[in-house]
Amino acid sequence: MARLNHRYVILVVLAAVIALLPLVFPSSYYLRVAALVWVSAFAAIGLNILMGKAGQVSLGHAGFFGIGAYAVAILPARFGLPSLVALAIGAALSALLAFLVGRPILRLKGHYLAIATLGFGVLVAMVITTESRWTGGPDGMAVAKLSLFGWRASGSATWYWITGGLLLIGAWIALNLDDTPTGRAFRALHDSEIAARVTGVDVNRFKLQAFVIAAVYGSIAGSALAMMNGFINPDQAGFLHSVELVTMVVLGGLGSVVGSIVGAAVLIVLPQLLTVFQDYENLMLGAIIILSMIFMRDGMVPMAWKLLTRTGR
Amino acid sequence: MTILEVSDIGIAFGGVKAIDGVGFAVAQGQIFSIIGPNGAGKTTLFNVISGMYRPSHGRVALDGRDVTDLAPDALAARGLSRTFQNLQIFQRMTAAENVMVGRHLQERCNLFADLLRLPSVTRQNRATREAALGFLDQVGLRDGADVLAGSLSYGACKRLEIARALAAEPRVLLLDEPAAGCNAVETEEIDKLICRVAAKGIAVVLVEHDMKLVMKISHRILVLVQGRMLIEGNPQEVRDNPAVLEAYLGKHGAREAARA
Ligand SMILES: Nc1ncnc2c1ncn2[C@@H]1O[C@H](COP(=O)(O)OP(=O)(O)OP(=O)(O)O)[C@@H](O)[C@H]1O
Ligand SMILES: [Mg+2]
Repeated sequence: MARLNHRYVILVVLAAVIALLPLVFPSSYYLRVAALVWVSAFAAIGLNILMGKAGQVSLGHAGFFGIGAYAVAILPARFGLPSLVALAIGAALSALLAFLVGRPILRLKGHYLAIATLGFGVLVAMVITTESRWTGGPDGMAVAKLSLFGWRASGSATWYWITGGLLLIGAWIALNLDDTPTGRAFRALHDSEIAARVTGVDVNRFKLQAFVIAAVYGSIAGSALAMMNGFINPDQAGFLHSVELVTMVVLGGLGSVVGSIVGAAVLIVLPQLLTVFQDYENLMLGAIIILSMIFMRDGMVPMAWKLLTRTGR
Repeated sequence: MTILEVSDIGIAFGGVKAIDGVGFAVAQGQIFSIIGPNGAGKTTLFNVISGMYRPSHGRVALDGRDVTDLAPDALAARGLSRTFQNLQIFQRMTAAENVMVGRHLQERCNLFADLLRLPSVTRQNRATREAALGFLDQVGLRDGADVLAGSLSYGACKRLEIARALAAEPRVLLLDEPAAGCNAVETEEIDKLICRVAAKGIAVVLVEHDMKLVMKISHRILVLVQGRMLIEGNPQEVRDNPAVLEAYLGKHGAREAARA
């Protein structure tokens, strides 16, 4: 019972934060940064299902982000499809690709899986960069604005609410999963693959499911970002962005939905605060990874939770 | 009625035969023990039966059907469960959740229903938890249901593994040293538990070093030495066999024991 409440407490608090933040924001610039956080957090929550729950690493996740982004760029521009249909096609394509690639890749463990997923991400980024007739190559391409029944979504405030709503849905689904046969199978194979197998868990099937779920999250986040920015370039599918997503997940806390949001917030907001260090953004990313691995192996949210419950007693 | 039949199993690691020509049959409700000195191949035999290792020759049959090449999860679906000598619990899940995973095959598992947490999922979850608590009760861990498994004592983890294996409602249960690291009282409880399980018609294959326990509850005992069968018989026959003493104590020790 406590568990059930826990899930709704998180969602209600998250909804309240999303609803109230604009009241304290002095300018629309803040709305834009927050919307960026919500989009990244959405992708991180998906990746966290794969990494934190099922215990499988992916260093090529920006590949799916890129597929989603370019789907809403290319399909409306070339085939006149509505943006939302393009988003759905991108997500379906990501799911299919994750399914096909995941089958052989997810049999690998540890470092081998890391390298294989990294290879996948690099491959997607390379295709996007070289197929310039379709993608505009390294220069990127413009993305049509999202329009719904004649209403065109533009402006920071609009996208703040769209991405905020998206994040709520993403968090709700991820939280749903925890106490279900699927969620338990993920966590079980994370802790002991051998024990999971002898209790009847089809380990390969569940790894694949987690991979596909994470891919769909990543793809939708990519679509949302592309439509919000009205522009997309191959960096969004690149290795550095993959590392950024992994860092959000690990920094915030493996397996923690709230952690993914906090991790995304830190990684998006920090560079905005420290604009002087703009040239050193990658350096900072590296430093954050190293420091959090040394001082906060569990991630920010689980560690804060531990401290809170310890002093509470 | 025979439910598990193992015939002429052989497996080698890097040219060294870990098991060679081992065969036996276990009937429903029978407690069948496998004993032997360290390194005899008892755990390896369990790994072969449960589908984790593929034997280089021989055959494992469940209910008369050949299952030698099946994966562990497919074997679990056919009613084979096991525990591990070196603990394999889900550390970051609570005791109850560990046992709920044991109910995996009894549950309906649909990804989309789970993602949306449909009412049917919530309902099933409640039933699974109820069942899990029942199995925890059977091993005396009901009070620790919501404790993280990683923080349970060694003896409790051993019993948790048994509860998880029982939760799958197996027809054949392999127990690899369930009483290791348990005190006399806990061993007594495990002894009773095994007998209760067998009384329900489950075939129990037991690997255990505690001879008092083995001699007391086993219907049949197989003695394994260096991967080969020394003898198979009832407890009395095994106890009285001089070769068994010799295998355990060495030639000299056996003579001493005989004289005493
Ligand atoms: N995966 C493996 N690779 C190589 N050798 C192995 C492997 N598994 C088992 N062995 C070898 O097989 C032999 C039998 O080991 P096993 O663990 O089955 O013995 P055991 O009877 O269970 O011993 P104990 O009573 O100590 O648990 C040992 O010599 C061991 O080193
Ligand atoms: Mg052993």
